[in-house]
Amino acid sequence: MREVAIIGIGETKFGELWDRSFRDIGIEAGLKAINDAKITSNDINALYIGTMASGSLIKQEHVSPILLDYAGLSSDHIPSIRIEAGEASGALAFHQAYLAVASGYYNIVVVGGAEKLTDVSEDVARDITSSTSDQEWETFFGVTQASQYALIANKHMNTYNTKREAMAEVAVKNHYHGSMNSTAHFQNKITVEAVLKSPPVSTPLGMLDCAPLSDGAATVILAPLDIARKFTDTPIKIQASTISTDTATLFHRRDICTFDSTILASKKAYDLAGIGSSQLDLVELNDNYTISEIIAIEDLNITKKGEAGKELLNGRYRIGDKPSINTSGGLKAHGQPYGAVGIAQIVEIVKQLTGRAEKRTVNGAEIGLTHTIGGIGSVSVINILKRVN
Amino acid sequence: MSVSRYWREAKSRYMLQGSKCGRCNRLFFPKRSVCPSCKSLSINNIDNFNLSGNGVIDAFTYVHEGLTGFEMQIPYVIAMIKLEEGISITAQVVDIDDNTKVYIGMPVRMVFRKIGEDGKSGMIYYGYKFSPDMANFG
Repeated sequence: MREVAIIGIGETKFGELWDRSFRDIGIEAGLKAINDAKITSNDINALYIGTMASGSLIKQEHVSPILLDYAGLSSDHIPSIRIEAGEASGALAFHQAYLAVASGYYNIVVVGGAEKLTDVSEDVARDITSSTSDQEWETFFGVTQASQYALIANKHMNTYNTKREAMAEVAVKNHYHGSMNSTAHFQNKITVEAVLKSPPVSTPLGMLDCAPLSDGAATVILAPLDIARKFTDTPIKIQASTISTDTATLFHRRDICTFDSTILASKKAYDLAGIGSSQLDLVELNDNYTISEIIAIEDLNITKKGEAGKELLNGRYRIGDKPSINTSGGLKAHGQPYGAVGIAQIVEIVKQLTGRAEKRTVNGAEIGLTHTIGGIGSVSVINILKRVN
Repeated sequence: MSVSRYWREAKSRYMLQGSKCGRCNRLFFPKRSVCPSCKSLSINNIDNFNLSGNGVIDAFTYVHEGLTGFEMQIPYVIAMIKLEEGISITAQVVDIDDNTKVYIGMPVRMVFRKIGEDGKSGMIYYGYKFSPDMANFG
């Protein structure tokens, strides 16, 4: 296996982009990344695209030839590959692209994630959001995605005495980080009181515990590390890229307060990278609901099980702490365009490691981890990225 | 939903019919044809098994933003229920009024109820929900 680096990044603003179509945002992010990597169309061997629900959201399946065509690459007839893994579609596309370059089969690969969530009404979007749960045995009976995370929150509070305010602190921290990110869906700060008073979605979770439904796209360019400096002075090395899968159905798990997929994928990634969680400077992790960040911090072994809430109440994980968690604003504030999420998390780590993270830059950061979830922890994708000195 | 997609799951949804590995006796709901413990050794050695429908609430939530078709029931209770046979299931808990305190450990039993419908003239769906089990309150 060859060593692989990220040589370019691009992303759109995340949010309600009513004047832009799926292909508009996909192409914008792609062209920005191609421009950033200073490559030309002749350099590109393949395109990988992560999108979760284009069929339900814009009634368009097989988006891979459309994005290839509108990127001006159809006459090159290169492979264009769409990957679906729920909310982790972009992260899985990245993993597949990484393997393709590491194996030596392709050299320069473009990996993009895109989702257009505001082309349907909020009710329809909520049904689609719940479609990564088991349709026959969960959703059929009225189980929403928020209700699944609410069950986890209820159990976690009961088992570990996790405080409601600790969950609120996740949203407050991530909105604070988002206030320093010009591409974030939400750039406003919020208070613990506002989170606690927000209208209930599925108790104990309120509206401000939930990440928004966003439009957005993000792209990165991969190349073998040994030629990466031909394109950029600041290649970011992929130290590890791992995946672990679990049941789709939440009630089939041994313990709903833990995502085994996250534990196993991160253990493998730490081993491959030769580091421990204490060496992480930056972490972009899944905070689609506030409780999700709490269990992710624990499952990534950043704290012991049951301790993340206390750490958050002590003001941990803000920009400048080690690790600084969700400096982009996370899914909560930066936004949640499903297929784009995994790539956007990688873009944030690259921005941080190359000094392009605006006012939220974490000085001296060298190692970052991304953690992307599809379904209710049904798949976890972990990437560990490192600055090359 | 097509009639066939609904009809083929009716026994499991009407009477909690799951399955049981003939090799290790592990129970499953819904049914499956390969036991995750015995793997290939369990193939063709799994039979149907009807669950009792008695259990206790292991985690619960009041859903205020429901799925399409559930709007009229808001807020409704969704719970993960530990069945007395040792396996879990997520379902709606009904017969709860404003004075009912839902709690972890609350005994519940399966009841047969209407789940939804395909519009005014379409198919009506039935299946399991759970209700507080007054006989087992202690």
